[in-house]
Amino acid sequence: MSQILKIFMTFLKIGAFSFGGGYAMIPFIEKEIVEKNSWLSLKEFIDIIAISQMTPGPIAINSSTFVGFKISKFWGAVAGTIGVILVSFILMTILASYLKNFSNSKAVKSIFMGIRPAVLGLIFSAAVSVGKTAIVDFKSLIIAFIVLFSILKLKLHPILCIAISGIIGLIVF
Amino acid sequence: MKELFKLFGIFFKIGAFTFGGGYAMIPLIEEEIVNKNKWIDEDEFLDIIAVAQSIPGALAVNTSTYIGYKIFGLKGAIISCLGVVLPSFIIILTIAKFLILFLNKGCVEKFFAGVRPAVVSLILVAVFKLKKGIKKSLFSFVIIITTIILILIFKVHPILIIIISGLLGYYFYKGVNVDESNS
Repeated sequence: MSQILKIFMTFLKIGAFSFGGGYAMIPFIEKEIVEKNSWLSLKEFIDIIAISQMTPGPIAINSSTFVGFKISKFWGAVAGTIGVILVSFILMTILASYLKNFSNSKAVKSIFMGIRPAVLGLIFSAAVSVGKTAIVDFKSLIIAFIVLFSILKLKLHPILCIAISGIIGLIVF
Repeated sequence: MKELFKLFGIFFKIGAFTFGGGYAMIPLIEEEIVNKNKWIDEDEFLDIIAVAQSIPGALAVNTSTYIGYKIFGLKGAIISCLGVVLPSFIIILTIAKFLILFLNKGCVEKFFAGVRPAVVSLILVAVFKLKKGIKKSLFSFVIIITTIILILIFKVHPILIIIISGLLGYYFYKGVNVDESNS
């Protein structure tokens, strides 16, 4: 199987199962791109998440375009982007034309009673594994705490926090 | 045709100027589609968001596709989806092309050494936000803890966890009237 097709299939799978948008995709990308195919190191992947957050647009699209480009240049980016949107594009068009009360149906609601806590567990696990690579010493631990506090308590904008921690990095590392 | 262009322009603009991902786009989409152009009414817009969240994938893509389809059919769906994705694609491609040359060099590496711990916190913030939408019950608690153990210790594939937890949710809650405030 050619590399481009493999990227496409991988992102198709990621797009088809990540409920809850951008951050929910992180554990899937980590599993498929970092662990299974070793296309990127976890460190490179974390940098891509940071860049995806700092640039406009959906994080899911930004990171799949970036990851695709990193693996296979332009066509890798095309394959990653189309792969990640295709399943939801098809599902949304079908739902828009045939089903009116999809998300109100009892079955969908009960399924999500199970999926939602699982997604929380998934994202938390992503934070732990990203943390193992990102937090390497006391200085980085302090940065993580400052950012957490700034967003949750001081309600600072995440992009501002990323920029400031980058500058702190330039000074202390 | 003119209307299609307009729709494309609106989603392109939203895709190009919203920072912070899909959720940040919702109020902007609402302003353009519901308030300014009156293509869709408020109630229907809320339904669309609910459906978009029940489907896997990026919220922005799901919302724009559905809205495009509602207004102009399949053509509209393609145009809106392209509109919202294209700016990201172009911007990321440009950044990736140049940044890759610098990523392992001195000061850029230091900048990212500072940024990486911040990413951990951003992900944790997403966890806190998500927590609000989850029913406080033994069932949710067990699912959360089991997921964390399966992922971190047993390295189970996330897809398997999504499928099983969906089935469990269906099995345990199919007969229960799921509280509106938790959806």
